[in-house]
Amino acid sequence: MTDPPSPAALILADSRFPGGGHVHSGGLEQAVSQGLVSGLDDLAGFLAGRLRTAGRLAAVFAAAAAHAAARRVRPAHWVALDAELDARTPTPAQRAASRAQGRGTARAALVAWPSPVLADLLAVTPRPHHAVLVGAVHGSTGGNAGQAALTTAYLAVSGPASAAVRLLGLDPFAVNAVLARLGPALTELAAEAARTAADRPADLPAPSSPALDLLAEAHDRHHQQEVRLFAS
Amino acid sequence: MPADRHAHDHGPGADHVHPVNFDPTAAEPDRHRAEPSAGRAFRLGIGGPVGSGKTALTAALCRALGAELRLAVVTNDIYTTEDADFLRRAGVLAPDRIEAVRTGCCPHTAIRDDITANLDAVDQLEQRFPGLELVIIESGGDNLTAVFSRGLVDAQIFVVDVAGGDKVPRKGGPGVTTADLLVINKVDLAELVGADMAVMVADAHRMRGALPVITQSLTRTPDAPEVADWVRGRVARVAA
Repeated sequence: MTDPPSPAALILADSRFPGGGHVHSGGLEQAVSQGLVSGLDDLAGFLAGRLRTAGRLAAVFAAAAAHAAARRVRPAHWVALDAELDARTPTPAQRAASRAQGRGTARAALVAWPSPVLADLLAVTPRPHHAVLVGAVHGSTGGNAGQAALTTAYLAVSGPASAAVRLLGLDPFAVNAVLARLGPALTELAAEAARTAADRPADLPAPSSPALDLLAEAHDRHHQQEVRLFAS
Repeated sequence: MPADRHAHDHGPGADHVHPVNFDPTAAEPDRHRAEPSAGRAFRLGIGGPVGSGKTALTAALCRALGAELRLAVVTNDIYTTEDADFLRRAGVLAPDRIEAVRTGCCPHTAIRDDITANLDAVDQLEQRFPGLELVIIESGGDNLTAVFSRGLVDAQIFVVDVAGGDKVPRKGGPGVTTADLLVINKVDLAELVGADMAVMVADAHRMRGALPVITQSLTRTPDAPEVADWVRGRVARVAA
């Protein structure tokens, strides 16, 4: 990735972007309530694991979507990407969280970056997966697959990191440093995701994270019985 | 978001829940229309500090207006379950007309800076009940600077209460100074907490210029008649 990031990439990665991301913790809230994460070291481990599983999956599909958007693929391709990401997201709670953020990002993107590509995608998947939508915005605004992958991989860890500050009262400078230490892993993962961007949707990698699946389902169940502060 | 329905819809005799629901039919379909329709419900925001009586006012408005307007409610908050349960127990609205939004510990963000979760909740209610005329969006309790985005609501009420101190209107902030209606709640407590109502009301008018102020006690007038009239007027103005 020798190109400078596109302004759209910066806007999409900004925590102030109004796409509904701030109400999601990516399983962190549940991990905290189960006592799995209570301090900085736990958080660093949680984020490193999340990056290499859920983060990698999101990066792979964002890169593929950016590649597809830049080529103005047929609508059937968006349907295939949507179905393949569904198949790689085993729990309903995670699919719901991904689609909620995809829809929220789409609402903002339609105002900021309207395009025929976005119209195509939303016509066949009005409530798209987050990674696919973010990738499509990159691809339709001149960004490349690697940038799309980097943005989504970063979002996969920055959201839970921010939730940890809010839930555990951790030192925000220390949490920010934890994120910064993931820099090399982020770069490597984005480059790797870019290499599979042109693959057929069915052939894309399928990293899994059973622990996050369990946390997502437990969170969804508990929020119906007691107070939960985040939507995921 | 829809819950893991599967785990709750087991047939008789099922006393277990799966740790993970891998039921492929539980995949969420695209429930949302691609394009919003032209007509939509009037959206009223109710904001204000913790404990000022936002939920009680919401319940009062449901009682007062429920028979004449097709309405629904979105509650927000870290205590979202609490507030939604309060409304359900009050029996003023069918439970499926109440949507609860979780705000990730940031109630003001969810009504002002990133209104996505609330817009989603409004969308869901409008799809569930076509022809809704009024959606009340009750904010989580927050500080005096928390106001609703104009992208989320058509009009907003800011609720403060006498027990919170008679200096509150004087302190100002966007809630007190810019809300379409300021409600000073719990006036029946003024004497008990040593609040000077004359000062409080005068301060409120001084801070707000021509914008309206209503004082009320839901103990004395449980159906909030003055506020309900104001809401009727706002809804009618749009419908006309």
